[in-house]
Amino acid sequence: MNKKGPLYAMFFSLFLLLPGCSSLTVLNPQGPAAKTLSDTIILSILVMLGVLAVVYILYIIMLVKYRAKKSNEGYIPPHEEGNIWLEATWIAIPIIIVAFLSVVTVKTTHAVENVPADYKDQKPLVIYASSSNWKWHFSYPEEGIETVNYVNFPVNRPVEFRLYSFGPITSFWIPQLAGQKYAMSDMTTYLNLVAETQGDFLGRNTNFSGKGYAQMEFTATSMSSDDYDKWVKDVKSTASQLTEDKFKSLLAAAHVGRETFSSTHLTFSPPPAEHSEHMDMDHSNMDHSNMEMSTDEHSHQSN
Amino acid sequence: MNFDLEKFKVHGEPLIYGAMISIALVSIGIVVGLTVFRKWGWLWREWLTTVDHKRIGVMYILAALLMLFRGGIDALMMRLQTAAPDMKFLDAQHYNEVFTTHGLIMILFMAMPFIIGLMNVVVPLQIGARDVAFPRLNAVSFWLFFFGAMLLNISFVIGGSPDAGWSAYFPLASLEFSPTVGNNYYSLALQISGIGTLMTGVNFIVTILKMRAPGMKLMRMPMFTWSVLITNVIIVFAFPVLTVALALMMFDRLFGSQFFTMANGGMDMLWANLFWVWGHPEVYIVILPAFGIYSEIIATFSKKNLYGYTSMVASMLIISLLSFLVWAHHFYTMGQGVMVNGFFSITTMAIAVPTGVKIFNWLFTLRKGRISFTTPMLYSLAFIPIFTIGGVTGVMLAMASADYQYHNTMFLVAHFHYVLIPGAVFAVIAGFHYWFPKVFGFRLNERLGKHAFWWIIISFNVAFFPLFILGLKGMTRRMYTYSAETGFGPLNMISFAGALGLAIGFVILVYNIYWSTRYMPRDENGDPWDARTLEWATHSPIPEYNFAVVPKVKSRDPFWAMKHDKQPLFEDPITKIHMPSNTGKPFVLGVVFFFLGFFLVFSMWIPAIVAGIGVLIVLAAMSFERDHGFYIPADKVITTEQKLGGGTV
Ligand code: HEM
Ligand SMILES: [Cu+2]
Ligand SMILES: [Cu+2]
Repeated sequence: MNKKGPLYAMFFSLFLLLPGCSSLTVLNPQGPAAKTLSDTIILSILVMLGVLAVVYILYIIMLVKYRAKKSNEGYIPPHEEGNIWLEATWIAIPIIIVAFLSVVTVKTTHAVENVPADYKDQKPLVIYASSSNWKWHFSYPEEGIETVNYVNFPVNRPVEFRLYSFGPITSFWIPQLAGQKYAMSDMTTYLNLVAETQGDFLGRNTNFSGKGYAQMEFTATSMSSDDYDKWVKDVKSTASQLTEDKFKSLLAAAHVGRETFSSTHLTFSPPPAEHSEHMDMDHSNMDHSNMEMSTDEHSHQSN
Repeated sequence: MNFDLEKFKVHGEPLIYGAMISIALVSIGIVVGLTVFRKWGWLWREWLTTVDHKRIGVMYILAALLMLFRGGIDALMMRLQTAAPDMKFLDAQHYNEVFTTHGLIMILFMAMPFIIGLMNVVVPLQIGARDVAFPRLNAVSFWLFFFGAMLLNISFVIGGSPDAGWSAYFPLASLEFSPTVGNNYYSLALQISGIGTLMTGVNFIVTILKMRAPGMKLMRMPMFTWSVLITNVIIVFAFPVLTVALALMMFDRLFGSQFFTMANGGMDMLWANLFWVWGHPEVYIVILPAFGIYSEIIATFSKKNLYGYTSMVASMLIISLLSFLVWAHHFYTMGQGVMVNGFFSITTMAIAVPTGVKIFNWLFTLRKGRISFTTPMLYSLAFIPIFTIGGVTGVMLAMASADYQYHNTMFLVAHFHYVLIPGAVFAVIAGFHYWFPKVFGFRLNERLGKHAFWWIIISFNVAFFPLFILGLKGMTRRMYTYSAETGFGPLNMISFAGALGLAIGFVILVYNIYWSTRYMPRDENGDPWDARTLEWATHSPIPEYNFAVVPKVKSRDPFWAMKHDKQPLFEDPITKIHMPSNTGKPFVLGVVFFFLGFFLVFSMWIPAIVAGIGVLIVLAAMSFERDHGFYIPADKVITTEQKLGGGTV
């Protein structure tokens, strides 16, 4: 009976997995936030391979050595209650590992919840990303433009996405640039990222939101700041205004292709309060016309 | 009355018609079979009205096996639909219904009832009791579970199944975004069976605390009984949360309240919190008893006592506490900040410590043993390396930052199947093979058992390991289709092959039950495995009163001590035995609840009120009933014992 064959196979496939990173989107980051996450993941895989190795080696030894066979026919196994020292060892070592990973977690979580360290001196470009049915709206309050199902931003410049939803909870994810964050109807959440290479990145919703969910993708393009400025100017001069009626018809549609407008919906349809306000359950201020497109400093990442 | 036939219709597709026809055929077949063989009376007297914990346990297990196949077919359909890019087998709506019911059925109507079935059969025997504390309540629990499950199952053909995921996040699950009756079924079917589960929790806590044989102190209890005790404490704390959440959901959907909706201060994340405050402990409800099952089996087949008994108990207690402190790891990405995420990361990772303790204790139970590779032991041994992969990937997911990349991806799907399948499914299969001879008096065939085992173990890894990689490639869960450019195709195809292999394994397993029932030799002494704990000290099959004489326990593993250290177990003379009498009311209550649920699903108020009054009437009838059971006279016990081989006295 070959008990270990499949185990070896599993083990080696884990090893094969690591070098093949570049085809693994998540482990092929193109910006500091995603890089932090990718490093964290690889570190945790390595630590966990160590844990697996210990368990697997012990396991194989036990099974090979103590199986019932002809030669140990009359053998009567001893009565063992346990052993304080052994048990203490396998309590202490996991505690150390968990403590180490806890520190890593808190540090990296803090890092990715804020503007990436090397870009702290730049003012982030604010883009509101909101979902409705199975599409994404991107509003640029500073530029006064809006796009649907694609988003452009300059390379090497911090971008602050402010996320909310006109319907079910969705989750905004550009795996090569940053980890995801929920977009909800009753609060605004924040996602910071920087792209360090120019190019198109796939973004999508990861939180199941109904029939059209599988197709709920968008393209995120990072471009040189010149190209970006040119694009903004183009949009301002050629694209049509986003009227309230037009926006309503957009919201109602299930899927639409790419769209571009020379004004945003934020003026007539302001975003909800930010998360901490929501958690106070104070709903009297749900009408946020007063906090509309504030580009001032935010304190939401303070903790 | 607003009777509108349209609401009942599910729009046509070959699959749905197939399901309708097969449900109709099976029902007709059962009715005709029962009539032709004149079995209606037998069915009613021996099964539908029984309050015997062993029979109730068997019915739980039968229902769970059926649900395993229902959920398994769902799984196959999903895997087929995603086996290649742009498949056209299921449309989005059906895929959504299928993964929702798959998750619900596997966890609530397969894993949990299977475990409750095993604990019904085994626990009273393991503690030397004659029954559970409240035998009739036990029957109520079963029938509520059963009819709750039936209510969910008919949704596929009448009105449409729930389609917002097993977690039913709001506002997606609200009337606005899920206008079919599917999520009405969700709230009512889960509510009905959940009430039954809560009663089971109370019943088994009392049973274990109050009905142990003399001398069985808490720290002498078999590990499975310990795991069941802790599980039931979790049930009693967790299920009320589900009850409340489902009730609020029902108000939102049926009566227009706005607890979780988008308008008027409804809070979507309140649902997510309530759901996971119940939902995370729920996964421990299905996994802790598995730890108990493995402990029994590994000790028995290494011919050793369990290593580190005390730390095994302690670790389960710690896990049960921690399981209530980790729920927010299901939505790290909702933006609650570094402090909150950090807290929940640490509590979640902390669970790895007691779990590790258990793994090492099992490994050291094997050490210096004499290990025999029977089918139940094979499943228990396979559990260790596979569950460890589930565990370490769990730690990886627990790291909040990293989870921003795994959340809602196939990596998560791989992880929880790596935990749930070895942790719950292998365990119940192992327990099934292990205790089967106790209940039925013969073993399952070992050769067929091992065939099924290898199919299941290897295919499992083929089916689920690729999903880890798919997750890292960026494939999210619950996607019914994807394009070829994504590059997800090949790994999904491998995974589909694995799912097919799993199906073959399960078919062999069921064939084994059939084959063994016909051909396996009957077992003589009731102890086919040379086991250690009390349940093996009575006959197989088990007489209705379990033990003719109440055993006196003087150590852990008392049956082993009796066999090998000549420690006497049964010292008293046989006297008359008190038994509860059968009753049809729990079954009737289940039926009435089923109709109440069904009418509520379709907002048919007048019939619903009638059914609601029916529930009250049955409850009143039960509470005013004066039935104190009956006695089996001593001489009848003695003849039964002699007929069964008379070993007990
Ligand atoms: C027997 C083989 C099984 C296969 C092939 C299988 C397959 C799958 C697949 C493909 C999905 C993901 C659907 C998607 O994201 O699109 C899924 C989801 C799920 N499975 Fe399984 N599964 C199996 C057994 C089980 C068992 C035994 C359990 C629980 C004890 C389980 C619990 C779940 C749950 C809770 C979900 C999530 C449902 C949701 O997203 O709402 N599965 N399964
Ligand atoms: Cu929120
Ligand atoms: Cu959890």
